[in-house]
Amino acid sequence: MRVNFTVNGRPQEADDVWEGESLLYVLRERLGLPGSKNACEQGECGSCTVRLDGVPVCSCLVAAGQAEGREVVTVEGLADHARQRDLGTACGTSLDEARRWAAKGQDSRTGEGAELSPVQQAFIDAGAVQCGFCTPGLLVAADEMLEHNPNPTDADIREALSGNLCRCTGYEKIMDAVRLAAARQSEAV
Amino acid sequence: MPTNGAPTKITQGTRAKGGIGESTLRPDGTLKVTGEFAYSSDMWHEDMLWGQILRSTVAHAEIVSIDTSEALAQPGVYAVMTYDDLPTDVKNYGLEIQDTPVLAHGKVRHHGEPVAIVAADHPETARRAAAKIKVEYRELPVITDEASATAPGAVLVHENRDDHHIGHVPHPNIVHRQPIVRGDADEAARRADVIVKGEYYFGMQDQAFLGPESGLAVPEEDGGVHLYIATQWLHSDLRQIAPVLGLPEDKVRMTLAGVGGAFGGREDLSMQIHACLLALRTGKPVKIVYNRFESFFGHVHRHPARLYYEHGATSEGKLTHVRCRIVLDGGAYASASPAVVGNASSLGIGPYVVDDVEIEAIALYTNNPPCGAMRGFGAVQACFAYEAQMDKVAGELGMDPVEFRKLNAMEQGTLMPTGQPVDSPAPVAELLRRVTAMPMPPERQWESSEGADVRQLPGGLSNTTHGEGVVRGVGYAVGIKNVGFSEGFDDYSTARVRLEVAGGEPVAVVHTAMAEVGQGGVTVHAQIARTELGVAQVTIHPANTQVGSAGSTSASRQTYVTGGAVKNSCELVREKVLELGRRRFGTYHPAWATAELLLEGGKVVTDGGEVLADLVDVLGDETVEVEAEWRHRPTVPFDLHTGQGNGHVQYSFAAHRAVVEVDTELGLVKVIELACAQDVGKALNPLSVIGQIQGGTTQGLGVAVMEEIIVDPKTAKVRNPSFTDYLIPTILDTPTIPVDVLELADDHAPYGLRGIGEAPTLSSTPAVLAAIRNATGLELNRTPVRPEHLTGNA
Ligand code: FES
Ligand code: FES
Repeated sequence: MRVNFTVNGRPQEADDVWEGESLLYVLRERLGLPGSKNACEQGECGSCTVRLDGVPVCSCLVAAGQAEGREVVTVEGLADHARQRDLGTACGTSLDEARRWAAKGQDSRTGEGAELSPVQQAFIDAGAVQCGFCTPGLLVAADEMLEHNPNPTDADIREALSGNLCRCTGYEKIMDAVRLAAARQSEAV
Repeated sequence: MPTNGAPTKITQGTRAKGGIGESTLRPDGTLKVTGEFAYSSDMWHEDMLWGQILRSTVAHAEIVSIDTSEALAQPGVYAVMTYDDLPTDVKNYGLEIQDTPVLAHGKVRHHGEPVAIVAADHPETARRAAAKIKVEYRELPVITDEASATAPGAVLVHENRDDHHIGHVPHPNIVHRQPIVRGDADEAARRADVIVKGEYYFGMQDQAFLGPESGLAVPEEDGGVHLYIATQWLHSDLRQIAPVLGLPEDKVRMTLAGVGGAFGGREDLSMQIHACLLALRTGKPVKIVYNRFESFFGHVHRHPARLYYEHGATSEGKLTHVRCRIVLDGGAYASASPAVVGNASSLGIGPYVVDDVEIEAIALYTNNPPCGAMRGFGAVQACFAYEAQMDKVAGELGMDPVEFRKLNAMEQGTLMPTGQPVDSPAPVAELLRRVTAMPMPPERQWESSEGADVRQLPGGLSNTTHGEGVVRGVGYAVGIKNVGFSEGFDDYSTARVRLEVAGGEPVAVVHTAMAEVGQGGVTVHAQIARTELGVAQVTIHPANTQVGSAGSTSASRQTYVTGGAVKNSCELVREKVLELGRRRFGTYHPAWATAELLLEGGKVVTDGGEVLADLVDVLGDETVEVEAEWRHRPTVPFDLHTGQGNGHVQYSFAAHRAVVEVDTELGLVKVIELACAQDVGKALNPLSVIGQIQGGTTQGLGVAVMEEIIVDPKTAKVRNPSFTDYLIPTILDTPTIPVDVLELADDHAPYGLRGIGEAPTLSSTPAVLAAIRNATGLELNRTPVRPEHLTGNA
């Protein structure tokens, strides 16, 4: 079957999709967006978290066909999503924006020069990334929480991220990162 | 040239910006937060096929027949291979003992053993084809524990063993046995005023790294293959893969792909040979990615263990003797079992002074899942038991458990049970003092003006209590772990360092084969190069087999050994650069010949701070490059009868205090805080050090209260191979982890550093158990503790 949906503001089309394929598989293997991760493929780890029409979901549990006609935001689009939010644009990428996106210079080895969302930057600064396999899912979930709850308590953060497993960090630095992102965000306002 | 780990004079200051001692950020951080970092499961190639493994559905059976015809006939299937299709006479592999079949031959020895492999154009096609392979099994009795392994007439898990341990083991179903005897335990026992015995059980833990086993094998024009892989040790993989493929090692090129955690679980091969076989057979790139279910079968686990201890002490609180027997279940294949036995025995009594000891550790061959390396490696199981014993003895004596430990704590100069002196700081009492001194978390934190916040109570959002029946407990533990590969292993690392001018600036390139698995080795290598070469720009070359071995990313060894190799190669590069400078500019200033010269801030300076030349001018268009091996101090094997010998390189110590709250009615545990104090020698990157300590602590917490692979004792089948049924700590289960870092230099190690990754995994578990015992008054001699153990319904 063919599936059409919007990913990170751009219309995408996937052909020859087998009915059993998950949104995660289509993102990773058909659309060249492997940022969403595949740690369990059974809805238990949150590494595949994306936003589907704004709502965080485990993309491994969403059949690709269910995404038809809908908006998906993945970790690859998080920086732009955050920027759009700041700009107050409801959705979609203007042509101008898209051109600027494509033109951004970036070191392919280190990613230096990439524009980051506040929560992405906070994860780096706080040491919340070790192997990084949990990171994309955590970033999408944390970003979504901060959108609704800019001043979370520790218990709020823990509750919001309770569906995202991390095996490396013991979560302390992840807590630090989210607190840092929230603090920077409220300073910026 | 190889140099060993004799004390190295640190001639470089740490003034370079971004050098050692600073919390510089990860060089791969940006790629990891943007989703662009290429993990092994993200690899993609035009035209690639997907590989799938068919695994045994039974634990122990003869294979009567395998019929692959229906699978092969499926559209989209390119190849199906079984044992009969293996290309050479080498059909087994293994870390130390080559006892593991690439594909089962006539017999399977554990649930989930690879029997056949399939390549197809879609992963689902490959899965369905694999399901169409018909395997007929004739089941055999299963060996599941020491009693069944050594019973008269027991089936042998491996017939015709010819490995180097068979000569000294009491039974062919025992992989390795290590006794350690020092002093006279019988005699010492007569001096004891109290004698305490205990029997303990440590459940099977899984590494549960999040990035599944995966990789991409690309056939090459010269008949070789290029494997992009997540592993802990490229060269060890290579040594095992090449002979099975019938290729010389230079035709098997290996590049490290992004690794999503390891913790020991990637020390053995998983899908490496299978992917290469399918790629060479089909002439197409082949990708294999395990799902979580398969991952539980696809790597070895932490050895479950049964531990028997006897401790004696005088009424003044001095330990008289320890006797112990540690039985590790190695499962169907040897993996790292012999080395785990070496650790469990030599570290079996913990960081205490005891002159009279009798220790025995063995690893069994059984039909349970194979067990091998996991963070803490044999020392974890022992620590759980000896720390429970220490609390018990203190209880018998009516002493405070921390004071009792301090009274018996080892220090620099103490002899290990192996007779090896501990010849660098061993601040065991100090760590206990520090962890005790940390402020206690306030009582009844869940109380707020709006009533109880259930999120902070046992049971959490299940809303099972508002504080009724909740009791607090506090527990302490301390542990000792060895650093580096022990027992005479030639544990070297290689580093290639290049210095050149690029874009008008001096740039260092560091190339090693070190597996970055998340620990932050790449960050530290760049820091070392900055410190030693005084440059700002450092490029970390991707890890591959085009440079010499960096050894394994395990045993807390990489910062020590590959870090040591990077430091050493940088020093050799520096010497060459200074030589070059003397040739070019020596006549201009007498200090070139007379002063001690350093590289700092992109310049050659004297130790008095005078600038002699710009590095850019000294180098010109020359490139200075060195590749050299580096070794730590040699070790020797333990004597097979007495266990005596200087078997270890370095020791690492951590202590924990756990504070728990237990809902005694439902048996639910909430760990409120898990404080840790650890000596790290020298924190090369303090932020990463703390991250390692917190991560290791959390894995110890997991095996205290939730993590266990359940194996059916009747069938030896795994019952819970999923994150639904095998639970690891979530952010709700994990408490705050305050860390106190002590830095007492080990003069034998580069910069005085101490390997740190594993020690916090040891003492975390017994501290939590001690806290739960403290809260409930229960004996609790197994881990993990489940609700039924606390409510008496077990
Ligand atoms: S991969 Fe989707 S929840 Fe784990
Ligand atoms: S950083 Fe490795 S799983 Fe979170």
